[in-house]
Amino acid sequence: MKPDNPANSDIPNIDELSEMARQIRRDLMKMLLISGSGHSGGPLGLSDVFTSLYFHILNIDPKNPKMPERDYFFLSAGHLCPVWYATLARRGYFPLGELSTLRKINGRLQGHPAPEYTHGVPGIEVASGALGQGLSIAVGCAIGLRLDKKPNRVFCLMGDGELDEGQIWEAAMTAGHHKVDKLIGIVDRNHCQIDNRTDKVMELEPLPEKWEAFGWHVLECDGNNIGQFISTVEQATALRGKPTVIIAKTFMGKGVSFMEDNYKWHGVPPNEEQAKQALSELPPTKFGDFIEFEWEKTPVEAEVK
Amino acid sequence: MPKFTVRENKSTRQGFGEMLVELGHENPDVVVLGGDVTGSVKTDLFAKEFPDRFISVGVAEQDMICTAVGLAVAGKIPFASAYGEFATGRPFDQIRQSIAYSKVPVKICASHCGITVGPDGATHQSLEDIATMTTLPHMTVATPCDYLETRKMIRATLTWDHPIYIRFFRDNTPVFTDEKTPMIFGKANTLIEGKDVTVIACGLQVWEAVLAEEELARAGISVRLVNMHTIKPIDRDAIVKAAKETGAIVTAEDHQRHGGLGGAVAEVLAETVPTPMEFVAVNDTFGESGGGAELMKKYGIAKDDIVGAVKKVLKRKK
Repeated sequence: MKPDNPANSDIPNIDELSEMARQIRRDLMKMLLISGSGHSGGPLGLSDVFTSLYFHILNIDPKNPKMPERDYFFLSAGHLCPVWYATLARRGYFPLGELSTLRKINGRLQGHPAPEYTHGVPGIEVASGALGQGLSIAVGCAIGLRLDKKPNRVFCLMGDGELDEGQIWEAAMTAGHHKVDKLIGIVDRNHCQIDNRTDKVMELEPLPEKWEAFGWHVLECDGNNIGQFISTVEQATALRGKPTVIIAKTFMGKGVSFMEDNYKWHGVPPNEEQAKQALSELPPTKFGDFIEFEWEKTPVEAEVK
Repeated sequence: MPKFTVRENKSTRQGFGEMLVELGHENPDVVVLGGDVTGSVKTDLFAKEFPDRFISVGVAEQDMICTAVGLAVAGKIPFASAYGEFATGRPFDQIRQSIAYSKVPVKICASHCGITVGPDGATHQSLEDIATMTTLPHMTVATPCDYLETRKMIRATLTWDHPIYIRFFRDNTPVFTDEKTPMIFGKANTLIEGKDVTVIACGLQVWEAVLAEEELARAGISVRLVNMHTIKPIDRDAIVKAAKETGAIVTAEDHQRHGGLGGAVAEVLAETVPTPMEFVAVNDTFGESGGGAELMKKYGIAKDDIVGAVKKVLKRKK
């Protein structure tokens, strides 16, 4: 592993992780510009959560994605996959250059994620896209691991708009009934969904009380604060006897001023002007971009070429 | 002289429930999901024997399907079971995305399929499940004709590393196959040889076809009977051979005529040996309450309907 890989330490290097999260945001803007379609807002808002998970929290091995001791991660809200792809590539699951194939024919980065043995990439266990299915899968996985007395943790990331799906609450009830611990649900609480603010489309509050009523431990944190998110997951990992949900408060579009907290950025990519503006707000990092556009090249470099 | 000996009447669902217990003893990874109708679908037998490996999810079939997927991802061998309509219709999206597209080898085992579930009425009569399940890529679809074949089929799922849907039935029906008859997915069983016409049947219509063959034989018509227990992948060779050798085909099933066994056979014939064909199936209508045998007669999928279809197709045979 490269020495500057923030996944190398037990103690989170917040500066390193923050820089990686910024790099992933840059990757997202470039991927979505090239793709011409896909979701901007949610993935930007989750860059800190994904960086924390894949570069510090999860017990995983990119070279051996099916490692039996791995922590399982399920992305229930499949449309958030651009941030998953960027993170998986940055973590070494597949080549960085492949990020320019998002949503393109003959590529592996499907518009909504698929496992490697259908159309997708390593690190993805099952398909998602039709909402509301991931938590049930995570619950089943955690029950299966518990039957074998294995210590693996199971994570499931849900969108807050996704909680409108009834199946989420079926799964919440099943997990509560069976007291499935080592299961950590994460709700991306950005208050935005495709049509409007979540409270306009379907009121979710009182959300913590709902989960508690279904038999879950509930933790809340700032999902755009890497240190706080990591310590909340550590707290969740120590809890026993019930499943745990972390309500991670994030801002849709975080890091790009004109996208922040605006539900209209749920499902659209930036155009070239918007991408330029976004990238100017996200300074380059030491990790480097996966692609450099012509318009990014300095006049000096252009001359050399 | 009858070609088959009926040893007893016993339900296909009973065969399912008993075999789950056997497999549970043999393989510690076998787990069973319950959706509150465990007494009806006979998974209560497994639950009693292996309470730790029986996972109750309540009346929540969408959750049940995806919980089964998670168990499979964790290395377990999950059987998810409910009534046919609720095992396939209610969670179709879950089966499509999390099982079929994701290629996760969950075993969906549905009882109470077809119109013969009877008194419960049309809401509970699953007549579209072959169509919906066969349309999914990666999915295997099979249906046993009696208690014994159900046992073999459930055992065979253990080594069948694909998503699979198995449809069986509520009623006690004749057990007429024997222990020696093989059950290999995708390989049809020719139960009776014949040269004038072939009846290709599945599920409980195989027995109806046995009765029809007896009657037709007395009338001097030589009927071949094929038990097409696997509808997907379908045994193309058996269909082509039957068409070439007998020149007329009748299909029989407890399912809508659109998208069922008949359609699958017709697809094969259309691109290989176009052959006169008649369909014995429920004719684009919902069922109603009544006894299973009464409903089979009223909705045109009983022995007499097969006899009629054979006579009709023979008139069209060149």
